[in-house]
Amino acid sequence: MIQAEDIWQFLTEVEDPEIPVVNVIEMGIVRDVTYAQDKWVVSITPTYSGCPAMHAIEQDITELLSEKGLQHFEVKTILSPAWTTDWMTNEARMKLEAYGIAPPQKGSSDKALLMGKLRDVKCPRCKSYDTHMISQFGSTACKSLYKCESCLEPFDYFKCI
Amino acid sequence: MMGVLENYILHLADNQLILGQRLAEWCGHGPVLEEDIALSNFALDNIGQATLLYKRVAEIEGAGKSEDDYAFLRSEREYFNFLAMELPNGDYAFTIARQYLFAEFYALYLSELTKSKDTFLAEYAVKSLKEVKYHVQHARDWVLRMGDGTEESHYRIQQAVNHIWNFTGEWFMDFETDLELMQSGVVPTNSKLLPEWQNEVQKTCLEATVVMPVSGWMHSGGRNGKHTEYMGHLLTPMQYLQRAHPNSKW
Repeated sequence: MIQAEDIWQFLTEVEDPEIPVVNVIEMGIVRDVTYAQDKWVVSITPTYSGCPAMHAIEQDITELLSEKGLQHFEVKTILSPAWTTDWMTNEARMKLEAYGIAPPQKGSSDKALLMGKLRDVKCPRCKSYDTHMISQFGSTACKSLYKCESCLEPFDYFKCI
Repeated sequence: MMGVLENYILHLADNQLILGQRLAEWCGHGPVLEEDIALSNFALDNIGQATLLYKRVAEIEGAGKSEDDYAFLRSEREYFNFLAMELPNGDYAFTIARQYLFAEFYALYLSELTKSKDTFLAEYAVKSLKEVKYHVQHARDWVLRMGDGTEESHYRIQQAVNHIWNFTGEWFMDFETDLELMQSGVVPTNSKLLPEWQNEVQKTCLEATVVMPVSGWMHSGGRNGKHTEYMGHLLTPMQYLQRAHPNSKW
């Protein structure tokens, strides 16, 4: 009999399609794995409402669990509590940085941060704080575009939500 | 017969879908690359929110419909979005003026909606508010930049605000269709949001050296399915594929 821990373990194999260095557990996208009425329910929550990766993630989970021999399961999308970058694990943050994306700073739910001043963002390449935002909106809904003044390289910053 | 709650959620969804469709028209046509990307990002937020809302309507209706059925298989009079959403994009100033005024309204609206007695609506509000705050910030920055910019940019943003103003009135009307939901604490009472909205807008206008228009006669009708002549022209390209090739899949 498969246990919930096994399913959590399986799900570490599902990568984030936009950022393949992190998996859906590290991203905090998988919220719950439960067994009820003869089937497993995997609850996932969208990062951004319109994140195109969500469809791919749902499909990837479905394919993987089928491959692992699960027959009765459902991948359910839940909205609450709303996803926040605070749920990304420290491991995910380190992987993001190594991949060249500056990780989001903690305490994102803070209203002052969203509406007020931007914090200093560290360049994922040379670690300098001498950086500035070029565009709040980047290649995906979750990223902003930054430039480092020390190494002169542009980079993505995973913005707080 | 559709219930009042489904009808109301459709109204919210339609606002998001139609505004998203308009913003998506900027994709590849933005004045600078960063803005092109920003507007595409917002369009994605809008369409994502619309999807969540349509799915909920489908759940309540229980007739086995999908979000696509609502988006692609209804005709003009069956859409309940505010008129401002369907107006053509105009120049960049007009797009920004609409973005700013609506985002400022929607942020206030969603803050209230988080207290809804309907669990889904409250959850939707918490989620979406995070996104809308970014929309306010972006559009506000541009209102300031254009208002306090060159003579030309100042002229354009002022014209844009003047033009859209008569379409903002229906955002703050309490429609008879929705009174029951408003009184039972399921949805906010829109008219109560007006003073705070005016306050916020006034602050931005002052900083941007833009004159906030005086409210007079206001257009309305979208909430009840009566649209401007632009609506059909917006739906035609949007729905073309599903109309010409029913049930085709991506």
